Amino acid sequence: MGNNNQRRRILIVLGVFVALGIVTPFLDSFMQALVTEILIFGILAMSLDILLGFTGLASLGHGAYFGVASYASAIVMTKADWTWTYGIYTWASSSGLGIFYLFIFGIIVAIAFSAFFGFLAIRATGVYFLMITLSLAMVIWGLAYRWSAVTEGDNGINVPGRPSLLGISLDNDITFFYFALAVFLICLGILYVVVQSPFGRTLVGIREREERMEMLGYNVWLHKYLAFIIAGTFGGVAGVMWTLFNLFVSPPDVELITSAEALFMVALGGPATLIGPVIGSAIIRTLQQFISIYVERWPLILGAIYIMTIMLSRLYGVDGILGFASKLRSSTAAASNSQD
Amino acid sequence: MKNRWFAFLAAAGLAFAISAGTAQAAKEVRIGFIAPMTGIFAQIGKDMSNGFKMYLEQNNYKMGPLKVKFILEDSTGKPAVNVRKAIKLIRRDKVHMFIGGLLASTGYALAPVADRNKVPYISPVPAADDLTQRKIPKYFVRVGFTSSQNSHPLADYAYDQGYRKIVTIGADYAFGYETIGGFQRQFEARGGKIIKKIWPKLGTKDFGPYLPQIPKDADAVMTLMVGPMSLAFPKQFRAAGFKNPMLGGVTSADEFILPAMGDEALGYVTAAQYSAALDTPKNKAFVKEYNKRYGKMASYYSETDYTAAQWIHLAYKKIGWDTSNPLKFLKALRSIRIDAVRGPLYIDAYGNVVQNSYIRKVQRVSGDRLGLGVKPDSLWNMVIKTYPAVSQFYKWSPEEFLKQPVYSKKFPGCKYCQ
Repeated sequence: MGNNNQRRRILIVLGVFVALGIVTPFLDSFMQALVTEILIFGILAMSLDILLGFTGLASLGHGAYFGVASYASAIVMTKADWTWTYGIYTWASSSGLGIFYLFIFGIIVAIAFSAFFGFLAIRATGVYFLMITLSLAMVIWGLAYRWSAVTEGDNGINVPGRPSLLGISLDNDITFFYFALAVFLICLGILYVVVQSPFGRTLVGIREREERMEMLGYNVWLHKYLAFIIAGTFGGVAGVMWTLFNLFVSPPDVELITSAEALFMVALGGPATLIGPVIGSAIIRTLQQFISIYVERWPLILGAIYIMTIMLSRLYGVDGILGFASKLRSSTAAASNSQD
Repeated sequence: MKNRWFAFLAAAGLAFAISAGTAQAAKEVRIGFIAPMTGIFAQIGKDMSNGFKMYLEQNNYKMGPLKVKFILEDSTGKPAVNVRKAIKLIRRDKVHMFIGGLLASTGYALAPVADRNKVPYISPVPAADDLTQRKIPKYFVRVGFTSSQNSHPLADYAYDQGYRKIVTIGADYAFGYETIGGFQRQFEARGGKIIKKIWPKLGTKDFGPYLPQIPKDADAVMTLMVGPMSLAFPKQFRAAGFKNPMLGGVTSADEFILPAMGDEALGYVTAAQYSAALDTPKNKAFVKEYNKRYGKMASYYSETDYTAAQWIHLAYKKIGWDTSNPLKFLKALRSIRIDAVRGPLYIDAYGNVVQNSYIRKVQRVSGDRLGLGVKPDSLWNMVIKTYPAVSQFYKWSPEEFLKQPVYSKKFPGCKYCQ
């Protein structure tokens, strides 16, 4: 029964993304860009879900790994006087592999930073963990803002264009959307395998009862540390995608707001569901792009939605929108059952 | 039941009326406007959009036969959001051009968007020097100023006052480096000496740590303050007992901050392309009208956006209201000379405006002697000297000027620092 249910869920999710892949080319180019943006921030939110939802660690510094990776890829593409990175990049681009080099480079940087920051942060929990991750992320922001020889300071880095993918140009919005969809599905697939694996189940165990897991002989610290690095890695993937999408990086991209927004996406959509944070990303990004057109004080509305989600979650004892939906479904199922 | 039919009929009638209305719509020009409407820069954003809207309202949202559709987008002051909004304006609203941006960083972010999408971007405020210098942009025109544009003549003025040793104190970011750098270059070219350069970080409210570094024997200080820094600096500087004359870049004492300043600002000499106290009939009418509409003293933010709207109007007039070709429009924009609120203007070969540079001194005007209707006994930036037709390259040729790097924290170096 449980297995059946799970298979059905996977099919529904896949169906939605196939439908998205079919419908998007027919939307106007603004909507195409919006869908692409949702997918990119969806990757970021999913990666944070590994930490927040599955491991129970609320990180307020996830923008850091997003940021270092997006800066790293922008620097690789623009810093012509750094001959070693730029040389490899131009050499790889000439054979259509430049984009892979960007991802590898960005991901390595994200792993390096999350490995180091995780080493410092994992020893704490709760609000202390929150504060340590926050301050580490502010270090990244400070670097982006002040180290102007490399990051161009508050002017940000403009990227001239997207490299091609094995000879396929990604400058076109539709091809880039499909590229983003592919990257997104790969990330979703890997993360799904991770959370379904014994490793992922252990993380959930740690979230539920850390002491017990320790008593059972699990290396809790190592599990948390690896979860932190995995989250950072996929945050880095989102960062590289963001650079390729927006073709521009600047310090506000690495700011606290980015980290907090990712946190909201997870909380809004439903933590520990992977797909919930993507729904959160869709809602927040759509609201930001649309409400601001009609309402001048749009942050108020966004704030009201955050508060309502949290209050409703508390009231009904569910997590985010996905939790709410499944509760609603089970209660209607129960109602129809009792009618029978 | 009857009611429902009635409602249906009414709705159908309404829908018909609306569709008939749009069918008759005249040819329109869609202008996107990106300014911070929320966040810490919201008030400046209001000044910007008010200036632009005032011109449109005075012309009933019409430029000749063209109907103007004005679309305002909130940038929240962040470069990445500016880019997203510009792309939204281009793709969704299919704008013919977009206007706006505030900080230098937003200018650097928006200019490539214009070139990539082949949609003109007109910048009334972002002042980063290099936007119109080393690489001439194709779809970008600046009708505001470059950061160092007014600093060069201000240095001439300072030297002519007999100042020889000056200390600079400027906000630690690109706009500060460029404003102070331009001043230093011209001042030292004339034979003056910058004896100390101090860079308080952006947003500093307590100048305590910086003030003791200022040598008392300096002939003057040259400042570049922004926002709350502009309010705090003169107060703390005078309170610490300094009597040295104060010079400054535009934001050190602009009309936006002036109403909140007190006597400590008296005598502050700043250079800008505009002053609300400019004694011309055009400006008087503008300031009076602006004050009537928005209850505020007009600032350079509102003036430059008002003028941008006027410029667009005149450019379309020149090409016979043809909205189909952006390059033709840009060519017209670059070629016309306009008689704006702040004086005569035209665009140089690099896409930046050439204009008067006004040396202004903060003075208190008793009552409403200027007759502009603004709050009595206000502080005003009285114009004490005008440098006509100042280009971004000042007295250098472009080639000569561009041989040097962009002004930065390191350039020009401090040769005479003690």
